[in-house]
Amino acid sequence: MTTPTQSDSSNAPIVDMQKLNKHFGSLHVLKDIDMEITPGEVVVVIGASGSGKSTLIRCINGLEEFQQGALEVAGKTLLPHGKGGQALQQIRTEVGMVFQQFNLFPHLSVRDNVTLAPMKVRRINQQQARDNALKLLKRVGIEDQADKYPTQLSGGQQQRVALARALAMEPRLMLFDEPTSALDPEMIGEVLDAMRELAREGMTMVVVTHEMGFAREVADRVIYIHQGEITEQGPPEQLFDAPQHERTQNFLGRILKH
Amino acid sequence: MDVSFNFDWTAAIAAVPHLLPGIPWTLLISFGGLAIGFIIGIIFGLMRISRLRGLRWMAVVYIEVFRGTPILVQVLFIFYGLPQLLGGPINALTAGIAAVAINSGAYISEIVRGGVQSIAQGQREAALSLGLSRRQTFRHVIWPQALRRMVPPLGNQAIISIKDTSLFSVIGVGELVRQGQIYIATTFTAMEVYFMVAILYLAITWTLSILLAQLERKGLAGE
Repeated sequence: MTTPTQSDSSNAPIVDMQKLNKHFGSLHVLKDIDMEITPGEVVVVIGASGSGKSTLIRCINGLEEFQQGALEVAGKTLLPHGKGGQALQQIRTEVGMVFQQFNLFPHLSVRDNVTLAPMKVRRINQQQARDNALKLLKRVGIEDQADKYPTQLSGGQQQRVALARALAMEPRLMLFDEPTSALDPEMIGEVLDAMRELAREGMTMVVVTHEMGFAREVADRVIYIHQGEITEQGPPEQLFDAPQHERTQNFLGRILKH
Repeated sequence: MDVSFNFDWTAAIAAVPHLLPGIPWTLLISFGGLAIGFIIGIIFGLMRISRLRGLRWMAVVYIEVFRGTPILVQVLFIFYGLPQLLGGPINALTAGIAAVAINSGAYISEIVRGGVQSIAQGQREAALSLGLSRRQTFRHVIWPQALRRMVPPLGNQAIISIKDTSLFSVIGVGELVRQGQIYIATTFTAMEVYFMVAILYLAITWTLSILLAQLERKGLAGE
């Protein structure tokens, strides 16, 4: 798992974000964000819709460009305005992502969804890629669906395939962008279980979610974002039970009450 | 003079053997032209959505010019006009194939553009997030899906182009309509002959429709 470079000691942050600013036209979406993620850490990002939390994690793997600030991911530097394309692709091979809408490839079988990137990017041979895929599908509990196509699966199963697909690249960091928001309530549990398991195995994770129970149980740190700024962060028990800021209190009051 | 309606079935049936030699020509011009048109369509369709403004412009000009002028004018220009420029004659078959190619190419460019743009942005993002390059993302994720969606409109274009070749009787290429005209010149049975010409076009386009429907049913086309 660890790379044998001298600067890459296990305590060096895997994400180092400093004074990051992002604008969508005249809209200032992210304001002077400082964020460090240490290997093995599970960070949950919460906030109202439109607060910039999804945009924040999409900056980490370069799906969104930023305008000012410094960002280093897995030892590679991402430059403002999406410059430095080489580093970008390298970062993406080290950082997996799970999306709200799953985004599985509908023209490929479940197995081929999982083997595509290892074969094309890592140049792993087909047999080995398939063996790995089966192991990963087993790990998320859907090895018997390998020959089906995504549309034949339930939402919860699709999201678990998406997780296996991302893990097949053996990422050092996993990003989750509201992974359960598009799921029927009865399927949320199975996806959260798979994520919980992953956290237990020591994966570094950044999770945008509205699942406060999951955050409380799994997170090492919770970050609350309000209008593009980090208002407050801390261990879950502190942030949920004794929030310091009025805005955090209001937000938690609104979502925990119902 | 007898003016009563009198369709002569015997004459219609008798015309068929004289019309059949037109079918290979019609098919050769249509499908030859469409094959080249498909390649043109892929190239200009992708140029049309390129990040490079120069390429986009070239594609727009091509599409607007050849979609905005009649195919009859295009084939006349190629057959009668171009030889002045080239200093030698162009044979009618080549002119016909070329006209179908550039004309269908303009429409197919738009089909390609629409097909590619119809693929959800999330597909691109998922592929890129896995570390695939832009080229790999296009080749393995976007294009295969776009191609399936392009099949129904491509079938539509094929049917239109097949019918368009009937105009090429004016340059003397021996396709279906031309064969009919030659036969009518000796028998004067215009109604019967053109009726059978229409039937033969229908036989071709209908066959194509059925093949396309099968392709869609097998899940190789559409969604």
